[in-house]
Amino acid sequence: MRAEPGEKQVAITGIGQSDVTRGTDRWPIDLTIDACLAAIADAGLSRADIDGVATWPGPRSELTGFSPVGAAQLQDALRLRVGWYNGTGETSGQLGAMFNAIGAIAAGLANHVIVFRTVYEAQARRLRRFANAMARSADRVEGAHAWYAPYWSLGAATQQALYFARYVHESGATEEQVAQIALNGRRNARLNPKAIYREPMSMEDYLASRWISTPLRLFDCDVPCDGSTAIVLSRRDLAADLPNRPIRFEAIGSALRDRNSWAQLENLATQATPSPAAMLWNRTDLKPADVDVAELYDGFSFHALVWLEAFGFCDRFEAPAFVEGGSRIALDGELPLNTSGGQLSAGRLHGYGQVHEACAQLWGRCAERQVPGAPQVAVTSTAGGPLAGCVLLVRE
Amino acid sequence: MSAPRPLPVLTPSTAAFWTRGEHGELCIYRCRDCGYYVHPPAGFCPRCEGRDVAPATVSGRATVVSCTVNHQQWEPGLPVPYVLALVEIEEQSDVRLVTNIVGCPVDEVHIGMRVRVLFEQQEDVWVPLFEPDPAR
Repeated sequence: MRAEPGEKQVAITGIGQSDVTRGTDRWPIDLTIDACLAAIADAGLSRADIDGVATWPGPRSELTGFSPVGAAQLQDALRLRVGWYNGTGETSGQLGAMFNAIGAIAAGLANHVIVFRTVYEAQARRLRRFANAMARSADRVEGAHAWYAPYWSLGAATQQALYFARYVHESGATEEQVAQIALNGRRNARLNPKAIYREPMSMEDYLASRWISTPLRLFDCDVPCDGSTAIVLSRRDLAADLPNRPIRFEAIGSALRDRNSWAQLENLATQATPSPAAMLWNRTDLKPADVDVAELYDGFSFHALVWLEAFGFCDRFEAPAFVEGGSRIALDGELPLNTSGGQLSAGRLHGYGQVHEACAQLWGRCAERQVPGAPQVAVTSTAGGPLAGCVLLVRE
Repeated sequence: MSAPRPLPVLTPSTAAFWTRGEHGELCIYRCRDCGYYVHPPAGFCPRCEGRDVAPATVSGRATVVSCTVNHQQWEPGLPVPYVLALVEIEEQSDVRLVTNIVGCPVDEVHIGMRVRVLFEQQEDVWVPLFEPDPAR
């Protein structure tokens, strides 16, 4: 008999989010404080109760906007007294911060951990046009990116386009099928007051959008924004006394069974998604058919297709047919997908927007875009090359 | 494509890859015990667990496993459109190189295309690029 997975000892007890904007005069740390204080209050806790902090990927240069705030800055600003903290990028993608927090709680290092992710990419671009380019010609490049940068692989889109091209080559996905991810997101964003883009998008609009790096069009790429999202993770036995019905971590997927390299990982078409998805289903008795709502990473549109397959909602390379026409993934469909608009329309909150939305759906807070029937089970994921992680959430 | 490229910092383990083009050679580290190519370089062979790994000259022939035509002007002066590709070297399919494909119209590059190496010097770096291989 296996030991009970550690994530089952942990629950989400509160969520918070700052304003989400395309440019702001507010500081990254202030957006982060907005999100964290909102999440702590939502959990029915106070600052003094928070004894752990986690973020991904830790502090980078504030000028790039990618990750302007680390654990230390937030911890000091709020004068948190912690038993444990962590902010690192070398983990299973953006959700790695959550996995680390789960480990800390299950190990008895902390009781209530604030997990956050702050982005400032829209404002950073207003200040410096090429703020979030991955390399500049003027600088010599070190580390893993030194293998790519000499070829003007300057943004995530060019790397991702190589995976997308391989996915299209192997799956035969059509442009009209892939478009459904963007069109579905925009339909849902129209019902989300905080979404960045809310005007209607038609198939013609999608097909007319310009190429970024083939087969990626502009509308396949998520929208840089400024904002912070925070999630409170609590020891499950303490969560029962708090105001929100606990959302427990039914299972997580953190495995990486491909090579840990953007160029060398074995399966270009799926990227690293199959092994964390398989791990997740190995840690629960629930099945894909039990999932009520899916908030799947859509940093680029096709990521959501790859995750639909990895989770087993359809067979490998069947996701383009699964989403065809859009009705199956609509709010009233059999698997509502990216109900806030996803990153394509609601903003690139880098996986944490999806976690926030999953919890809001499970707590029935989504007003016009609320999935009918009081959803109880949600799945969410993040992806990108060798980075991949996923979470199955159940409202008690 | 004459705009300056972002250049790599040359380290003891990467210098052979980026500089042996001066002699027309594409160098990939290889296990001297079993012949397995190890890329990116590390002093360990994952196949035979040998520790004697050294730069070896390969044929320079490769196959495109994925490619994209980039149209986005990521920074001023970038010569768009250009082809970014992943190629696997002829000697071993699990050694992939990120590269640009040059010497043909961008829309002629495709998955499965046979290519061969050429080098473009910039400062002290000979950047390995690939072009269509007329011999195959």
